[in-house]
Amino acid sequence: MSDYADIWSYLSSGPLIWLTATLFAYAAGDALFRAARRSPFANPVMIAVILLSTLLLITRTDYQTYFEGAKFVHFMLGPATVGLALPLYDNLKRIRTALVPLACALFVGSFVAMGSALGLAWAFGLDRMFLLSLVPKSATAPVAIGVAEEIGGSPTLTAVMVLMTGIIGAIIATPLLNALGVRDWRARGFATGVAAHGIGTARAFQVHPMSGAFASIGMVLNAILTAIAAPLVVGLFF
Amino acid sequence: MILTLATLLLFQLMGEVITRWLHLGLPGPVVGMALIAAAFALFPAFAAWMRTTVSGLLAHLSLLFVPAGVGVVQHWDKFEAHALSLGGVLILSVAGAITAGALTFKAVNRALGYADEAPE
Repeated sequence: MSDYADIWSYLSSGPLIWLTATLFAYAAGDALFRAARRSPFANPVMIAVILLSTLLLITRTDYQTYFEGAKFVHFMLGPATVGLALPLYDNLKRIRTALVPLACALFVGSFVAMGSALGLAWAFGLDRMFLLSLVPKSATAPVAIGVAEEIGGSPTLTAVMVLMTGIIGAIIATPLLNALGVRDWRARGFATGVAAHGIGTARAFQVHPMSGAFASIGMVLNAILTAIAAPLVVGLFF
Repeated sequence: MILTLATLLLFQLMGEVITRWLHLGLPGPVVGMALIAAAFALFPAFAAWMRTTVSGLLAHLSLLFVPAGVGVVQHWDKFEAHALSLGGVLILSVAGAITAGALTFKAVNRALGYADEAPE
C-alpha cells in the first residue's frame, strides 16, 4: 500500500503525469465529439476541461502542480498564433474581392463584441476582474490570453470565457442568422468567425465551405483588431 | 519539420522583440503572425515550405486551449456565484456581435451595388 502511495506522490508532483493526462483527456473529448457527430454541445475542449478539473478535484491536486506538466502544451499557443498567418495568406484573394464590406463588418462586429461584453458585465454587476477578462472573449484563445495579460485581466478566466463564447456562437449562429434573413455565405461566415473565433469557424465549415473560409478570415482579422483595440476600449471605459 | 518549427519560433521571437522595443502593447505572437504573413505574400515558395508543419499545428489548435481552460478550477467559487449573469452576458454579447457583423456586411455590400453570394 505504501508503495502505491510512494509512486503516486512521486508522479503527482512531476510534470509527466499531467502532460499525459492532458493529451488523453483531449483525445477522449475528440472521440466523444466525433461520436456526437460534431455537435457543438459536445465540444472536445469543454469535455477535456471537465475531465481534468474533476481529476484535479478528486486527487486534490492544485492548478500550479497541474500546469507544471500542461505548460508544454500551453507553450505551443505562441507558434500556433504565428501559424494563423497561413489561413490569412490562403484567403488574401477572397479578402480583396469584398474588402470594404469585410472591413466595415470587422470594425462593427469586433467593437460590439468587446463593448457589449464590458457594458453588459457592468450592468449585471460583475466585478472588475470579470469585466477585463471578458473584453477579449471573441478573439481566438492564444490572442485573447495574451490580451488579457496586457490589459490586467485574468488569463485563466479569459480562457474559459473564450471557450464558452465559441460554444455559444457555434450553437446560436445558424438559427440566429436564419432569423435575421442573412443569406450571403460570406456575411454569415465572417460574422461568426469575428464573434466566435475557431469554434464558430469549425461550425461554419460544417454549414458551407465558403462560410468556413470567411469565418477563418473573420477569426484572424478579429484577433489582430482585438489585440490593437482592447487596450483602447478598456481605456475609454475605466 | 524541425527547421519549419524553428522558423515559427523565430518569427514569434521577432514579434516579442519588436512589440517590446516599439512599445506596441500587442502580444508578440500577433506581431509575429503579421511578419510571417507579409513574408508569405512576398515569397509564395516560403508559404508552401511551411504549410505541412503549420497545418499540422492548426489542426490541433483546440488541444492547446486545454491547460488554460482547466484554470477554471482556480475560479470555481466565483463562477458558481455568478453563473447566471455570466451566461447572460456571453449569450447576449455573442448574439449582438454576430448580428452586428452580418447585418453590416449585408448593408455595405448592397450599398456598393454588389449581389449577395447566397445559396442557389
